[in-house]
Amino acid sequence: MTVSLEVAGLVVDLPGRDGPVRVVDEVSFDIAPATTVGLIGESGSGKTMTANAVIDLLPDGARTGGALRWQGEDLLQVSASRRRRVRGHEIAMIFQDPLAALNPTQTVGRQVGEILRRAGRPSDEVRRRVLELLDRTGIPEPATRSRNYPHEFSGGMRQRAMIALALAGSPALLLADEPTTALDVTVQARILRLLRDIQEDEGLAMLLVSHDLRVVNHVAHQVVVMYAGRVAERGPTAALLSKPAHPYTRALVDSVPAVRTRTALAHPLPGTPATPANRPSGCAFHPRCPIARELCRTEQPAVREVGAGRWTACHFAEELVG
Amino acid sequence: MIRVVVKRLLVGVLVMWGAASLIFVIVRVAPGDPATLMLGPDAPPDQVRELTATLGLDRPMPLQYLSYLGDVVQLRFGDSYLFNRPAMAEVFERMPATAELMLASTTIAVIAGLALGLLAGGRPGGLLDRVVSGGTIALQSFPTFWTGIMLILIFALALRVLPSAGTGTPAHLVLPAITLALPFTATVARLTRTSVAETMHEQYIRTARSKGLTERQVLLGHALRNSLIPVVTIIGLHMGGLMGGAVVVENVFAWPGVGTLVVESVANRDYTVVQAATFLVAGIVMAFNLAADLVYSQLDPRIRMESAA
Repeated sequence: MTVSLEVAGLVVDLPGRDGPVRVVDEVSFDIAPATTVGLIGESGSGKTMTANAVIDLLPDGARTGGALRWQGEDLLQVSASRRRRVRGHEIAMIFQDPLAALNPTQTVGRQVGEILRRAGRPSDEVRRRVLELLDRTGIPEPATRSRNYPHEFSGGMRQRAMIALALAGSPALLLADEPTTALDVTVQARILRLLRDIQEDEGLAMLLVSHDLRVVNHVAHQVVVMYAGRVAERGPTAALLSKPAHPYTRALVDSVPAVRTRTALAHPLPGTPATPANRPSGCAFHPRCPIARELCRTEQPAVREVGAGRWTACHFAEELVG
Repeated sequence: MIRVVVKRLLVGVLVMWGAASLIFVIVRVAPGDPATLMLGPDAPPDQVRELTATLGLDRPMPLQYLSYLGDVVQLRFGDSYLFNRPAMAEVFERMPATAELMLASTTIAVIAGLALGLLAGGRPGGLLDRVVSGGTIALQSFPTFWTGIMLILIFALALRVLPSAGTGTPAHLVLPAITLALPFTATVARLTRTSVAETMHEQYIRTARSKGLTERQVLLGHALRNSLIPVVTIIGLHMGGLMGGAVVVENVFAWPGVGTLVVESVANRDYTVVQAATFLVAGIVMAFNLAADLVYSQLDPRIRMESAA
């Protein structure tokens, strides 16, 4: 299997009041071409920071370590200008709140076409491509809508425009940071379907960051579960969700309300999420873990393979998988 | 758009009516009888009475007010006794010199202020930011009569490169224009800086960066226009305020504009000229505010839509 992005031991430190805080700690996973990886975790788990590190949009003062091998080239080692040229043209990003992420003073068409215009494409070609992209992302009457401003669009339409904007540079990897969280429930499914269709049609690699297991289940081929800045578990979506090999994943699965069955109540996760600044000793999940033992308090579990493509950071994964 | 202009113009008419009424009241409550003042304290009483009647000052107050408003609409404020001609004509004649000074100052302030503000705000906390932030506080604090005199001392007396007063050549314009522009420049620079620094935290700036734009392209292509919205408003308001500064600066540099005329007229109790000038200045301030409103709505399509609806 070829790899388009290899995240290897990625570390992100953010400046904090009492020195740097490690928000992403030795995170490793691969994204193969034409596959979607779902990156899941509670807020503060480091999932968004991981995506920001990939596209180099970390906050000021952030420091990185490890490697981000993009088609063989370590993005953490290349020059700033090479890094900038990767943005948009090879790796693009969709943001959570499309209203805030679009410039209020520019028409949608102008913003979608900007990357092409800056690349020196002739204006009639840019225009044709913009209309094509708006049409592809399901925006009706592209010619009229391209002249509208973001505030004249509905929430779902804005996110479609945002997707068109991200696709304009013909990227090979699309990062989607909670792309449906800010949208109405009825619109969420449609945007997810659009993302999945585009990913399949264009053969894109996609990293979908979400706190919502159902979203990831819909779209992702592989899942990476993060907890307190580290990888808890990763593996193929169906296997991982049906037979979690980490108690945190199992707790996440149990916390999703089953819509069809009226009897079973969802089990919310006990306790509060560990934060990177306030990480418990040993396995960070142990204070909330139903199967924690003494070992979990003292020793941080390494990420190890527990079956075909399944990796977990739990000392007692075998007890879960059976 | 047209509806907005008409609405703002109607508000403007109301403001001008208020300004005219205020002038009317102030002149009436000011100590001293205009006829006595014009003729001097030694004038015979029947002469004073005659002038009072000519001026219409013996009529009931509401009647005086109505005929005054009628005159104002026609821009008739009566004759200046100092110049023996309609007051408004005198004010109009001095207007081009003041306009020239204001235009020059505004150009300096907008160009220098925007440039400094952009440079400082693009990199908050940087060396340039600290220099600009500190320098502008100083510039805003110096009174214009003081900076004017300092500039004369340096450039006219010590270096002898620029004329200290008067008019005629472009060189005469330099010192008064800079003096008037300095606090204005500081205001524009500070506001631009804050606005740009704030805008650079917006999420659409992240989007712009995610397109692989250079910082310069992000700053000029995405941050500048959005940052300009509050700045334009201040420029409009401040240009009206420049009229006030012009009174001081014109007198320091003996610039023959409305400012020197007002001071001369006040000193000579030439009330009709003072009234005419006050009314005209009010109109100019209002016109600039209106212009700022309109440019503002052009810069932000969200406002354009709201006001059209």
